[in-house]
Amino acid sequence: MNFDFSDDQKYLKEQARKFLSEQSSMAVVRTVLNDEQKSHDAGLWKAIADMGWLGAAIPEEFGGLGLGELELCVLAEEMGRSLAPVPWASTVYFFAEAIKIAGTDAQKTAILPKLAEGGVIGCVAASEGPGEPRATNLKTVFDGTSVTGMKVPVTDGDCATHALVLAKHQDGTSLVIVDLSGAGVEAKAIKTFDPTRSHATLTFTKAPAQLLGEAGDGEALLHRVYDRAAVLLAFEQIGGSQACLDMATDYAKGRYAFSRQIGSFQAIKHKLADMYVALEIARSNAFYGAWALSSDAPELPLAAAAARIAACDAYYLASKENIQTHGGMGFTWDVDCHLYYRRAKLLAVQAGAPSLWKEKLVRRLEMRNAA
Amino acid sequence: MDFNDTPEEAAFRQRAQAFLAAQVEPRAGQTESLQKRLSDKEYMLAAKAYQKAKAENGFAGITWPKEQGGLGLAPIFSVIFGQEEGKFDAPAGPFTIGLGMCVPTVIAFATDAQKERHVGPALRGEEIWCQLFSEPSAGSDVAGLKTKAVRDGDDWVINGQKVWTSGAHYSDWGIVLVRTNADKAKHKGLSMFFIDMKSPGIEVRPIHQMSGGSNFNEVYFTDVRVPNSQMLGGEGNGWSVALVTLMNERLAVGGSPGPDYKEIFEWAKTMPGQDGGTLAEDQSFRQKVADWFVRAEGYKLAKFRTMTALSKGQTPGPESSIGKIITANQLQDITHNAMESMDHFGIITDAAYAPSEGVFQQSHMWAAGLRIAGGTDEILKNIIAERILGLPGDVRVDKDVAFKDLPSGR
Repeated sequence: MNFDFSDDQKYLKEQARKFLSEQSSMAVVRTVLNDEQKSHDAGLWKAIADMGWLGAAIPEEFGGLGLGELELCVLAEEMGRSLAPVPWASTVYFFAEAIKIAGTDAQKTAILPKLAEGGVIGCVAASEGPGEPRATNLKTVFDGTSVTGMKVPVTDGDCATHALVLAKHQDGTSLVIVDLSGAGVEAKAIKTFDPTRSHATLTFTKAPAQLLGEAGDGEALLHRVYDRAAVLLAFEQIGGSQACLDMATDYAKGRYAFSRQIGSFQAIKHKLADMYVALEIARSNAFYGAWALSSDAPELPLAAAAARIAACDAYYLASKENIQTHGGMGFTWDVDCHLYYRRAKLLAVQAGAPSLWKEKLVRRLEMRNAA
Repeated sequence: MDFNDTPEEAAFRQRAQAFLAAQVEPRAGQTESLQKRLSDKEYMLAAKAYQKAKAENGFAGITWPKEQGGLGLAPIFSVIFGQEEGKFDAPAGPFTIGLGMCVPTVIAFATDAQKERHVGPALRGEEIWCQLFSEPSAGSDVAGLKTKAVRDGDDWVINGQKVWTSGAHYSDWGIVLVRTNADKAKHKGLSMFFIDMKSPGIEVRPIHQMSGGSNFNEVYFTDVRVPNSQMLGGEGNGWSVALVTLMNERLAVGGSPGPDYKEIFEWAKTMPGQDGGTLAEDQSFRQKVADWFVRAEGYKLAKFRTMTALSKGQTPGPESSIGKIITANQLQDITHNAMESMDHFGIITDAAYAPSEGVFQQSHMWAAGLRIAGGTDEILKNIIAERILGLPGDVRVDKDVAFKDLPSGR
């Protein structure tokens, strides 16, 4: 049994933590939080590109480091812990993974090397309103060469160079790539629950677009991309949950009430123990997702769903109870609790909310049992 | 990252599988368990024969030192055997506590002559051991126990009552924690003995549980004499000896205690749902199945992580405390939902009517006890908080006070 990351991968994680504690300190996160004009921290983005992380799981022939998905998982955990205010998830988990699994050689050659250098920022433009985007409710249309419609919200839509757009096409849906510097594209920043990550509306008017993967296969392909992203997001959520648990534990040791450390009260102990248990369940499911992702196992769809559900649960619990443990201080702008509370919510609703994933999980369980 | 055994582990697993296939029946496809088919007496004989076969074939005392008749192997091999044994209906239950907790304590603290006398017979299944710690007024706070032993010549005389003792009625020997000095502080006045369960003055009475069954006992001690030579670890050191016993408890437990997501989901396909379809098609039910799956898989995978640490020669920490919190609560939740989803019919336990012969109703009763046995949810959460997260202990009012002066409620 070797159900753990290798020593090299753990070393990479340690290095990433050290690097991010300097480059993505809370002061850096707050510059994006406090400045509505600032979509992300460009300095941090460049530093991450210089480290080669953007291309960590991109093959060397396309300009990446050619490491595996497991390396990406350990980086994701540290990015989540640091709340890095950069379009990392959009670019790496969604956009790059989509190009990797469905792109033609020409598309890979055109996009991946630039992406690995930090010159391409990707985003996913699927949502148009409340609820899961489907063929039955989409209004955005792809006509074979261009796309028309409006997408809201698009995470990182105002700083992205490229978008992956889900549009109606022929009898179904297709996923198309749009160069956002081209004609017929308008991006407008919008306010969200998590201002440390930028969001926008993207309006396309006959914007030139090229098909990714098979025509009419858009939703299925997007779900395949989501399965991969779900595992990586889960590691980000675990990193954030662990940060909340660490923060709450430290505070409970240092804060006195009724002349004793509040961490000596069972009401606080049991709260933190619950956070720990949820986190262990999330971590174990995420490990399995990592194994399935890195080994291209047929278990990936089920493992990804479990990883995502457990990670959403753990981060929600950890982020809200971290505030509760801090008491009144936890409700202030200056204490960092709210930053995790915000991020936990973004990561839970991006790429499908947990209730959708629960139904996906059960359907996949039925398929596995039928097989 | 993979799920493979090392070559040495794989060879051991293969040997274990061959042994088990020859000795016991697989669980899969079984309609009635061995314990249900046999009388209590027949089951005990089968259990003793099975333990003897384990000892003869090199599967008993896997982690014990070779000089005690064990195999001297790393804990991972014990886990591997347990995984394989779990697939069979092996009558191993009567030995779990004795070989898992009591005899290791004897090995750690008894004299060579005593070990010579006791370890072999226990390993070969000839003698069964039980553990006598809990008392009516000392459960989670077991160091608050009141059963006392008073020195009389070469003997000690024990008076008091123990409770929740599994297997006391069929055990030959027991380890018993008693108070030998009430003038000292709570944890400092305790001593541990091993004792012949057939000694005059020991009376075993079954506990009538809320489930209706009787799986545990009360044990009454009335002027029971035990030689001073059977004290383990010295006078006043009972608490540190007990900690050694309890440390072994954690490796001895595990596994799913009853119906899990698989069983309820399969069953739900045969039950009516709210919208004319089956229960398995109801949205609200499906959302819960997903939650149960995530927790069951999470626990299974967490054990794989523990096995990985063991396989690399590391000692697993208190992390395994999460296991029972998850499984006991999950069992209660699943069985609760199964019963509610049957509407009024869910109240029936009569096997003639109740689906799956009332397994959900039985397990729902059992789950309430499982959340308490072997460490309550609350105590396990304290362990997580204090030993893993490093939070401070609770403020203590019993530390520097003589035991006899402590308030005890009733």
